[in-house]
Amino acid sequence: MHRPAKLLPAKFHPARLLVAVLSAVGLLATAACSAEQPAAENRTLKIVYQKTDSFSALDTLFKDAKRDFEAANQGTTVELQPIEANDDDYGTKLALALRSAETAPDVFYEDTFKVRSDVDAGYLLKLDSYLEKWDDWKSFNEAAKAAGTGDDGGIYAVPLGTDTRAIWYNKKVLQKAGIAVPWQPRTWDDILDAARKMKAADPEVVPFNMYAGKATGEGTVMQSFYELLYGTDSELYDQQEKKWVVGSQGFTDSLAFLKTLYDEKLAVTPAEALDANVWKKVFGEWLPQGKMGATVEGSYTPSFWQKGGSYEWAGYTEDMGVARFPTQRGQEPGGVSMSGGWTLAVGADSKNPDLAFKFLTEALNKKNSLSFTVASSQIAVRTDVASEPDYLAANPFVKDVSELVSVTHYRPATADYPRISAAVQVATEAVITGALSPQEAAEQYDKTVRDQVGDAKVLQK
Amino acid sequence: MVARKSVRQQLRLLPVVPSVLLMLLFLAAPVLWSFHASFTNAALTGRNARNPAWTGLDNYSRLLSDAAFPASVVLTMVFVVASAIVGQNLLGLLIAGLMTRARKSVSTLVGTAVVAAWVLPEIVAAFAAYAYFSNDGTLNQLLGGAGLAGADWLYAFPMVAVVLANTWRGTAFSMLVYRAALADVPRDISEAALMDGAAGWQRLVFITLPLIRSSIATNLMLVTLQTLAVFTLIWVMTAGGPSNASTTLPVLAYQEAFKFGDIGYGTAIASVLIVLGLVFGIAYVRLLKGDRR
Repeated sequence: MHRPAKLLPAKFHPARLLVAVLSAVGLLATAACSAEQPAAENRTLKIVYQKTDSFSALDTLFKDAKRDFEAANQGTTVELQPIEANDDDYGTKLALALRSAETAPDVFYEDTFKVRSDVDAGYLLKLDSYLEKWDDWKSFNEAAKAAGTGDDGGIYAVPLGTDTRAIWYNKKVLQKAGIAVPWQPRTWDDILDAARKMKAADPEVVPFNMYAGKATGEGTVMQSFYELLYGTDSELYDQQEKKWVVGSQGFTDSLAFLKTLYDEKLAVTPAEALDANVWKKVFGEWLPQGKMGATVEGSYTPSFWQKGGSYEWAGYTEDMGVARFPTQRGQEPGGVSMSGGWTLAVGADSKNPDLAFKFLTEALNKKNSLSFTVASSQIAVRTDVASEPDYLAANPFVKDVSELVSVTHYRPATADYPRISAAVQVATEAVITGALSPQEAAEQYDKTVRDQVGDAKVLQK
Repeated sequence: MVARKSVRQQLRLLPVVPSVLLMLLFLAAPVLWSFHASFTNAALTGRNARNPAWTGLDNYSRLLSDAAFPASVVLTMVFVVASAIVGQNLLGLLIAGLMTRARKSVSTLVGTAVVAAWVLPEIVAAFAAYAYFSNDGTLNQLLGGAGLAGADWLYAFPMVAVVLANTWRGTAFSMLVYRAALADVPRDISEAALMDGAAGWQRLVFITLPLIRSSIATNLMLVTLQTLAVFTLIWVMTAGGPSNASTTLPVLAYQEAFKFGDIGYGTAIASVLIVLGLVFGIAYVRLLKGDRR
């Protein structure tokens, strides 16, 4: 969940500044123009989605879908409204637009972990009766269908793709430290052993990075903390009881593991970890330049390096390897992964719900799904796409990361989740900066959770 | 006759009506809405998104038990006092005072440099400040060039960095206000004091400052209220971090309202901010009134 695109100048430079000023003026000008669009007709569909300079695959998909859809449905106008923002800001902007029927889009790009709370809010149209009549729906796999399900069991969103998380390692750095590749750690200690070897072989190298702190937001939990926590015997949320777990040993152990990584300087420095742009350095500099041994990242990682990606690096197919994240002591099922993914949904207030759903099916047909899945290194959710040679040949890691679906977990996406996630991020930050011990940080987390969701929704372990 | 006069007086107010209406619509209405929302559980998503319920003082009692809140009030006060009242205000006065004595070319140059920071849109100024203070930024490169070891300013001293950045950005306004005020100080009084043997500092304290007192009060009011509301600068530079070390009230309100989707709680924080602004405003108005006595 990590493709924010902030244009940050590396250093102060008058010419860059001028460019920045000019582009700010340009932005204002475009804003002024877009306010003067002609009055909406009856048959206009408004589509809202995310676009950044490192994520344009969706923009391509919608442009193609718009062209085909307008040609096939005379008199219909598809109005594309890309929002250029990172994941957090996109979510905020979309939620604000959804609050009022006047501004709510007809079809929009929706994060799976927001589906449930947005269904609660009444923002999403129930799609069951439409999906029955859509033949392609049969080719979506079961896990994908579950991703768009609301608390009432109805389906409210159709997934575009999913992802998993794994260890991405630079083979050269590992080999230099005498570690055999392909590498597959079995326990947390295996990771620490390998990281210490890399540090000993080259003190300049960052051996094993895992995100921490609030700056990397969901990246901290999805690509770091949950891989640890879900590999212990504890969990974040009890699905049966529908309660948040506090006081678990696994939580403290996970924090202690991060502390070890940061204290022994096996990960990046705390200051680097707390810069929201650290992931750009991981993808853009440290891994390609062999300055980092390994990191935990999403299955979409190749999309940054492949041709047309934001950090093109032809050598990644040779130099990089992928491994499962191990469980704490190697207990069953022997690996951990986390999954998220994005969906398309139809607004509950759409004036043309039939047409909006028709557009959704156009956008998600086999051809569009395939090109989007390949361009953004997603894991296919349509079985007919998953068996396409183009998909399997997109990059050398498709098979490995797709297999992780068998050990993957999903976030407990209740309306309380964003606060819980923030509390976890605060705990990791306190531990890596040395402000609190793992035990103290876990106690503080427990207290925060109790304060935020109330004792009735908490399960003491 | 009397009635006609009052009708005419009322008619005179007519041209003002549209602007008053606009002010009510665009300034008073959002404030009232925000105040109203702070007594509800309004949210960005989830069950309460479209049908928020009245929860009375719940949000405010939660504020009192939230450890982040008092810390944030303290940081806001530090930010206002250090960057507005001391930084922008005193520095602006100092520069304006020096400019009255400097050669014209020097004062033009200094004036342009100071105003340049103020002319920048806030977001651009914020990025420039980020680029200046960040770990491999301009400041550390300059220090490195001089053989000094820098620090990771945004991480180790986030408040210092944002205070300096806000001082840099806002000093121009105070400078302009004080230049105008100093230009209005009658020369003959100053000269008379000089004849009576008053030293430089005595002329400043007993002649100049009392004469520009109302400008000082007005300037303090404006820079304080503006600094209380600073959000973009801090958000871009530190995003309130690390570990809430630079989370002032506007940043806290934004996090609660938009990151956690809790609009009710976020607007409660915003209401506290409004009250804080009122307290400052009343204090300065009293300062102004004292002047007229």
